[in-house]
Amino acid sequence: MGCSYRLDTKNVNKEIKDMDNKKLKIIIGKGSCGIAAGANKTEAVLRALLPNVEIALAGCIGRCYLEPIVDVFAYDGKKSEKLTFVKVCEKGAEEIAKFVTGAPNNASAYLISDADKATLESLQCIALKNCGIINPEKIDEYTASDGYKALTSCLKEKTPEEVIAEVKASGLAGRGGAGFPTYFKWDAARKNAGDKKYVICNADEGDPGAFMDRAILEGDPHAVLEGMAIAAYAVGASEGVIYVRAEYPLAIKRLEIAIAQAREKGFLGKNILGTGFSFDIRIKEGAGAFVCGEETALIASLEGERGMPRLKPPFPAQKGFMGKPTNINNVETYANVPFILRSGGEVFAAFGTENSKGTKVFALTGKIKNGGLVEIPMGSTVGEVIYGVGGGIKDDKAFKAVQMGGPSGGCIPASLIDTPIDYKSLAATGAIMGSGGMVVMDETTCMVDMARFFLDFTCKESCGKCTHCRIGTKRMLEILQRITKGEGKEGDIEALEELGKLIKEGALCALGQTAPNPVLTTIKYFRNEYEDHINLKRCTAKSCKPLIAYRIDPEICKNCGLCKRACPFGAISGEIKKQPFTIDPKICDACGKCASVCKFKAVNVGDKWS
Amino acid sequence: MCNECGCNNKVTPFPLLDATLAKYTDATGLITVLQKAQEAYGYLSGELMVYIARKMGLPPAKVYGVATFYAQFRLKPVGKHLILLCQGTACHVNGSEAIEEAICAELGIKEGETTPDGLFTLTSVACLGCCSLSPVMMIGGETFGTLTPDKARAILKNIKTSG
Repeated sequence: MGCSYRLDTKNVNKEIKDMDNKKLKIIIGKGSCGIAAGANKTEAVLRALLPNVEIALAGCIGRCYLEPIVDVFAYDGKKSEKLTFVKVCEKGAEEIAKFVTGAPNNASAYLISDADKATLESLQCIALKNCGIINPEKIDEYTASDGYKALTSCLKEKTPEEVIAEVKASGLAGRGGAGFPTYFKWDAARKNAGDKKYVICNADEGDPGAFMDRAILEGDPHAVLEGMAIAAYAVGASEGVIYVRAEYPLAIKRLEIAIAQAREKGFLGKNILGTGFSFDIRIKEGAGAFVCGEETALIASLEGERGMPRLKPPFPAQKGFMGKPTNINNVETYANVPFILRSGGEVFAAFGTENSKGTKVFALTGKIKNGGLVEIPMGSTVGEVIYGVGGGIKDDKAFKAVQMGGPSGGCIPASLIDTPIDYKSLAATGAIMGSGGMVVMDETTCMVDMARFFLDFTCKESCGKCTHCRIGTKRMLEILQRITKGEGKEGDIEALEELGKLIKEGALCALGQTAPNPVLTTIKYFRNEYEDHINLKRCTAKSCKPLIAYRIDPEICKNCGLCKRACPFGAISGEIKKQPFTIDPKICDACGKCASVCKFKAVNVGDKWS
Repeated sequence: MCNECGCNNKVTPFPLLDATLAKYTDATGLITVLQKAQEAYGYLSGELMVYIARKMGLPPAKVYGVATFYAQFRLKPVGKHLILLCQGTACHVNGSEAIEEAICAELGIKEGETTPDGLFTLTSVACLGCCSLSPVMMIGGETFGTLTPDKARAILKNIKTSG
């Protein structure tokens, strides 16, 4: 749409100048990432300079590295043209304002590149269908995009059993991490008798490096509400709760608006659409505990307790919130439900592979060029995501590994880059699908340090109920801390492996059972790095500070003294223009400041103990 | 003296919380009450937790147990500017550790502490969710992205001079 215009900005100027200003519409991406990148300032400039143009907001379209994103729509009554501008700072907003009013401008500098545009168009979105497209604070835009049609047809034309059969046909599995068949949970909650039943949405997205649920809640909250209402009808629940992280204030605000609007329009509340079915939803803010992503811990937290997991069985479908049958699914799972009921389970199942149906949203971060959210059909390979949508590794360094599934997952090394992303294939590598975090690592990332980082996280987040998890993760962390300091000793790797095995066996919930995964997979694929740290006191990636040293090459040093001025520790000595500078290893903290300021690349990083 | 159980502990009243306490009467509302209490009073003091326990008919140990379980609850007052430093995976990979060192050196405090002048408190958070801007910190609702140690120091100096 409008591609041909982009090469000729003058032409667009004329085109838009000819139009009445009222026919223009500007949409600003205002998800958390867009706002963090400065979307509020961009909006303020546009509003001040273009008081007569309709300026609306949308959620995150997933291309975080391009934020703030501004779409300019121009319609002449028949067709609409869209121009997408990216990285629109305040200056960019001024240029766009000039462009819109027909003044000479430099707006073309902010137009989206052909490559980025092609990537955006290549994504097959189900869960993110409306994100970044519709205004999440207006229910009319959701209904205009087929919203609440699925709920209406379920309530009026389908029995609860038929709804569950459709979900079964779709093959939808839990998107929060475990990948349990959704229909099975619904069916169990339906069949268990109870005077009251609950439907809970798990929005306690806590994996560091994962933010797809936040994007859905911010960009398309009604899809989640509709999915929950359909689930409630299927299982026979009358009350719904969304357990959402307090760290997501914007998501909470948009959910509150969406719930109020849905009640007003009769999609929530008593006697929905005159069918006699009643269901309402409330929001519960989590208080910051990773373990509450585990369903029984989440239920404990909802009941006002410490968020500690409970023994299963009984499963929540039997005895959940307040002891009643409860269905609990993740945000992305619910967001897929309206599509499935609208288009049919087979249409959803046509995406993906034999054992993993549909699409999945991933949060692509780390050492990647184009970080952001990507929704891809199951079965795409790791390499396709990283080098396709992701655009490759930052600064064109070598790809080393990708961490899938956050602290519960494992790493997949470069040698397994052709692994298809489906539940089975990922599990075979030792990683998991998880909630969809993909953290890309390059040659400068130390795998031992990465394992230490994740274990530090799970150790802090362990609720303390099971001894193996509480104390075992602590002991593993201590060993890893020693290794990264160069104090590792023989037998450490074996001790880590044994502790890992014991924790997996001895923990009650998924947090403990999966906590050793990052360590075990890095040992499996990068054992040589562990051995180098322990035996040679050497960090292959030159990242563990106690094991590296900076040295100035006297042959290359031009005696300029820039490094000496930059050194925060006063570790560098020498005389400007007279003699090469040197670093005192006793004072040096290995911060790397000298290397970053040297214009002649005279500062090298090497092994401290060689 | 406490009116309810006759013990000798004085129960200090916290009137800003009474409307919330009237709404959430059973134990399932405890977390919400603690969140509102922190919102109103900045942090959860011992007196405040005892007050909540008495009003909700719960043992103070239970209130303390829940308050110490969740990362959101603070048991000490915070500085005027709360620095939320992201320690998420993306930020870690992109150098959040160096940022933490720079902030600690600049302010002379460790993670979780408050400067003696009461101006800054430094807290690490798991993920602020703007991974593409990593490393990131948030101060007073404003996000500062693509940080370098120098940039972080400059931001803090700037806040110091403006109070």
